[in-house]
Amino acid sequence: MPVHSSSSEAFREMFIFETIQLIGKLEQIILNSEKCNNLDTHAIDEIFRIMHTIKGSSSMMFYKHIALVTHSVEDVFFYLRDEREKEFDCAKLTDIVLEVIDFIKVEITKLQDGQDLEGDPSILIQDIHGFLERLKNPSTAGTMLNPYEAVFNFVDGCEMENIRAFGIIHKLKDRAENIRHVPEDLIDDESSIGIIRKDGFKILFHSEGPQEEMYGFLQETLFIKDFTLRVIEKKVISLEEPIIDLLEKTPEKELRPDNQISTNKQSIISVSVTKLDKLMDLVGEMVISEAMVTQNPELADLELDSFHKASRQLKKITNELQDMVMSIRMVEISTTFHKLNRIVRDMSRKLNKEVQLQVIGEETEVDKNIIDHISDPLMHLIRNAIDHGLEHAEERKEQGKSEIGTITLEAKNAGSEVWITVRDDGRGLDKQKILKRARENGLIVRPESELTDKEIYAFIFFAGFSTNEQVTEYSGRGVGMDVVTKNIEALGGAVSVDSVQYKGTVITIKIPLTLAIIDGMTITVGGLKYTVPTTSIKQSFRITPAEVIRDPNNNEMILVRGQCHPIIRLHELFKVQTRITNLHEGIIMMVENDDNIVCLFADELIDKQQVVVKTMPSYFKKMNGIAGCTILGDGSISLILNTSDFFT
Amino acid sequence: MSEAISEVFVEEDTLKGKFLTFPLGTEDYGIEIKFVTEIVGIQAITPIPGIPEYIKGIINLRGKIIPVMDVRLRFKKEPKAYNDRTCIVVIDIKEVTIGLIVDSVSEVISIPDENIIEPPHVNKNINNRFIESIAKINSAVKLILDCDKLLNEEDLAELELLS
Repeated sequence: MPVHSSSSEAFREMFIFETIQLIGKLEQIILNSEKCNNLDTHAIDEIFRIMHTIKGSSSMMFYKHIALVTHSVEDVFFYLRDEREKEFDCAKLTDIVLEVIDFIKVEITKLQDGQDLEGDPSILIQDIHGFLERLKNPSTAGTMLNPYEAVFNFVDGCEMENIRAFGIIHKLKDRAENIRHVPEDLIDDESSIGIIRKDGFKILFHSEGPQEEMYGFLQETLFIKDFTLRVIEKKVISLEEPIIDLLEKTPEKELRPDNQISTNKQSIISVSVTKLDKLMDLVGEMVISEAMVTQNPELADLELDSFHKASRQLKKITNELQDMVMSIRMVEISTTFHKLNRIVRDMSRKLNKEVQLQVIGEETEVDKNIIDHISDPLMHLIRNAIDHGLEHAEERKEQGKSEIGTITLEAKNAGSEVWITVRDDGRGLDKQKILKRARENGLIVRPESELTDKEIYAFIFFAGFSTNEQVTEYSGRGVGMDVVTKNIEALGGAVSVDSVQYKGTVITIKIPLTLAIIDGMTITVGGLKYTVPTTSIKQSFRITPAEVIRDPNNNEMILVRGQCHPIIRLHELFKVQTRITNLHEGIIMMVENDDNIVCLFADELIDKQQVVVKTMPSYFKKMNGIAGCTILGDGSISLILNTSDFFT
Repeated sequence: MSEAISEVFVEEDTLKGKFLTFPLGTEDYGIEIKFVTEIVGIQAITPIPGIPEYIKGIINLRGKIIPVMDVRLRFKKEPKAYNDRTCIVVIDIKEVTIGLIVDSVSEVISIPDENIIEPPHVNKNINNRFIESIAKINSAVKLILDCDKLLNEEDLAELELLS
């Protein structure tokens, strides 16, 4: 087991990170190939490369199990790579690779939890070897071929060792098959002479001839100092295995075909997220300091042409810098989406439902934070959709739907939010069943006749709510949906559901695009400053006393373009002393959230500016109506309003 | 490795047994110096709606937002107007940074362990909750604050209720 010092900790983290990325990629390749039921040469190369990399890094970290498994898979793909024309059972191979992926995933999870690796890969490895043998059998079954390994050492100072070696190979070609030798490139690669001098010239081959005969045949070579020939033990795999071992000493040659990809990789580096966070904090500070300098009250009445010019330049640069830093944290959602392909595949096999996953807008970019938090919820949603939503083929046929169920996963940017929808064309939600269940759980507090469809559907997000009578392997325990809501709410997002019976269900997740820098409008209430995110502001205006409507409970309302909206007095809500308490003296700001509109009453509107959102100190738990705070240009603190809290 | 450990010990030793003292009304209080990160003068405090009265709000400490607590109000004493002697003692406990507003600070003193005694348990005085121990210095007595309890669970629960 590896030593647990801090540096090995860092290596381990790196290993976990890289391996997860690699197997993610691998999974994608395999699933893509499965769709067209064919592994093309590019995919084989790619898989071989990935396995090779994982093998290398895991043996470096002494994670033997992973190294062994990947090694055996590497064998298979190494073989396929050489035998391009070979026919093979693609489905079986896919299964094997997916099993290996699962194995590695489990081991990685153990690593992440700080446990020792203990998974036993031997059955898996046997499987893989079995596959490889069957793959090779047709070629070797007919004639009895003996696998040999020959090592030549030439007489010192005989010169042109590579040419001599080439001569041996040439001679051998008449009597043997499947000849492999190290070094591989004898003529064009000058360094081959050095290798032969140092390590000798190794040949692996199959031949029908018995050992004595071959020995005699090869011994006739000139300038040989010593020469060994032996039959290798394992008959079938033997052809490949020693070669890989030998080849590992000269890996540059192996990697030659993937020039293109390796240069791609060079332009990407991985950076720890804490560093990025730090960078973002610093840029945030800089934006504030910039405002402190350029909007310094001491400069207010001075005529400073060149200063203003310079400060505009500074502003431009800081803005660009800010955008850049923000974009660094943005990650395409595609990896998260592709992970789901696997779940769809496994479930559709197990549940015997044919499902296709349609992905739209996978290039949408969202904050890294968000990516980390949405994969679990999405997994639950997809599982639910397949398990509960989609019907079996016969049922679908009866209803005149296509036999293959479709799940559509869509991501798009909508203003400052990302919307992710999971849509299925299954049976939809059963309103009566949900109502019944809600009644049993005592969730209904209002008369049932008053509930809208959407409100009824929203019951499925409550904890412990499952309408599925049977608990299946995948869902039905009623824990899924409330995990979804919790995760999404932790991101400041919202989940909603809509459904049409027999047509399907749509679940929409709305998450703020980024949590760090927003455009905000600063308002004052009794000398205190508050910031309202511009995205939620519809308009601001002044009113006359006559426009205000009061209901018997003294709630104030206002009629705007034929619609009546409630007024919330911020000074009352936040218990702030202010001189301005008459509605017509202050300003009314109309804010919108999810089609709901309220009017906020404040003293004054100051200006619009970009603010860096700082979370409230952890000492305070979630606060009603306040999303966070920000530091304004003059160093004072402004509270950022959470407009969605005003509607509950 | 062993060197590094001994260094840490030395470091702790320099902080151990040292207390920042400050008067509050008629008593003298002390805080273990290891909790204190800095002392700043009083500055503009932004009030926050819906929090206990003794939390005055938040301040901008060089770009870091921290809550501030008026220790007088925390101990249910008469509030006193802030002046230029009023200080904010910034302390760090269990990764929570908070500022304590005190009338003024006196000095940092070393108190040997043998001079520190347990507070009496009989007294159910409300203030007693926050007193970790009592230190005797010559004839004077300093009450050593339990910083943990100052932001104790009970009150955190209170905060949650309010939100």
